[in-house]
Amino acid sequence: MTEYQDYLDFMYSLLDGHNKDNLVLSETTELVADIGLSSLEVMEFVEKIEDQFDISIPLNILPDVYTLGDFARKLDELDA
Amino acid sequence: MLFEKFDYMARFQAELNAQDVIPFGAVTEKILSATEAIVNGRKVILAGTNNYLGLSFDPRCISAAQEAAGKWGVGTTGSRLANGTFLEHQELERELAAFHDVNHSIIFTTGFAATMGMCATLVGPGEVLLLDADSHASIYAGAQLSGAEIIRFKHNDPEDLARRLRRLGDRGKQTLIVVEGIYSMLGDTAPLQEIAAVKREYGGWLFIDEAHSMGVLGTHGRGAAEAAGVESEVDFIAGTFSKSLGATGGYCVSRHPELETIRYCIRSYIFTASSSPMMVACTRKALQILQSEPALRRQLQDNFNRLYKGLQSLGLPIGPSPSPVVAVALEDRTQAINCWNALMEAGVYVNLVVPPASPSTNFLLRNSVSAAHSSISVSACSFPAMAAPGVWPLKLV
Repeated sequence: MTEYQDYLDFMYSLLDGHNKDNLVLSETTELVADIGLSSLEVMEFVEKIEDQFDISIPLNILPDVYTLGDFARKLDELDA
Repeated sequence: MLFEKFDYMARFQAELNAQDVIPFGAVTEKILSATEAIVNGRKVILAGTNNYLGLSFDPRCISAAQEAAGKWGVGTTGSRLANGTFLEHQELERELAAFHDVNHSIIFTTGFAATMGMCATLVGPGEVLLLDADSHASIYAGAQLSGAEIIRFKHNDPEDLARRLRRLGDRGKQTLIVVEGIYSMLGDTAPLQEIAAVKREYGGWLFIDEAHSMGVLGTHGRGAAEAAGVESEVDFIAGTFSKSLGATGGYCVSRHPELETIRYCIRSYIFTASSSPMMVACTRKALQILQSEPALRRQLQDNFNRLYKGLQSLGLPIGPSPSPVVAVALEDRTQAINCWNALMEAGVYVNLVVPPASPSTNFLLRNSVSAAHSSISVSACSFPAMAAPGVWPLKLV
């Protein structure tokens, strides 16, 4: 079963290419405020996670997601 | 501050104003015909109006609206559930159901209210909406209101839809799959045979928004589901009066008798004034013309095929297949604005579409072709202005 840390590690790998300011990525890094993903890029990011872990992520959980940690936690809950 | 979140839009509008461009909210000062008008002080060919059969200016539709205004007044001043159901509304519902060869139909005051209201009502908490990623804003708005779980599948990708239904397991039975016949931005058509096959295998309910395909596709002009031969597998079809039918309003038809009960639960149907009798009357006339004059549909197809081939031969990046929506995709905002401006100067009005309304980071110059476009105006829409100095060469996507 996929754990919180697996989701987080995959997100780090996905964001390598997007991280223009060379931020040190952590659980508290914000997808929009820190990394600057547009709404479209957020959706592409979501799709890649869905494909990797063979899950569907309901859009309903996204309004509460700010940081990578928030997202990994939500996915962990979804999985459970 | 309440207004800070609008700063980005104020900056964009200021940028456009600085370039003396008004693509959003261009003002039509005079309508000359279904395809020509004076816009922002300039005589232009209307190539961005969704007036697919040219019926907005048909004398028979105009007369029908005038007669209805004389007979019923200009508005109903009430909801369908109160004083706002006139004989005209019931007749149009009967005629739309007959047109789609089903027994049940609801009309709405706008197309947005139809798709939003149906998506908001058909599913609720604990159930699932499976939306094509490129769905119209009205579908997303309804999804948000529904309280259902909202899952997107990749645009026009039946395999991705199948994967998601498989993940849902038994919950597939409580899932509404929402797709569009023709997608409004790039003019591409949904692969409905494959989507219907996925539904057969995994279950679910199928809702198709035929806003851009009704009056355009199918032997009888019923839309993409008719063209694909899958109408019997579709649960709900929504459409609009504001494209092929040239007026304003929307509808939903279904073979399920439960639609008659659902009617009383749709907030965008209950808590708004019903359509003006003028709109209903001219829509009824347009629906008759749509059915009795298939030549209009053939003319439309001929026109959009010619425009599509014309733009293709110029090497422009256009949608995947010919349809009444023919959009050119550009990467650069300034270039898109310059092209829009050059086209206006050449006497052609098209739609400028910017992200996030466009389905990617591209900017679109969107043509909407009409059966009423003369061959001259169709060729004129073939973007001659793009060859103007300073615009060409285009940075192609």
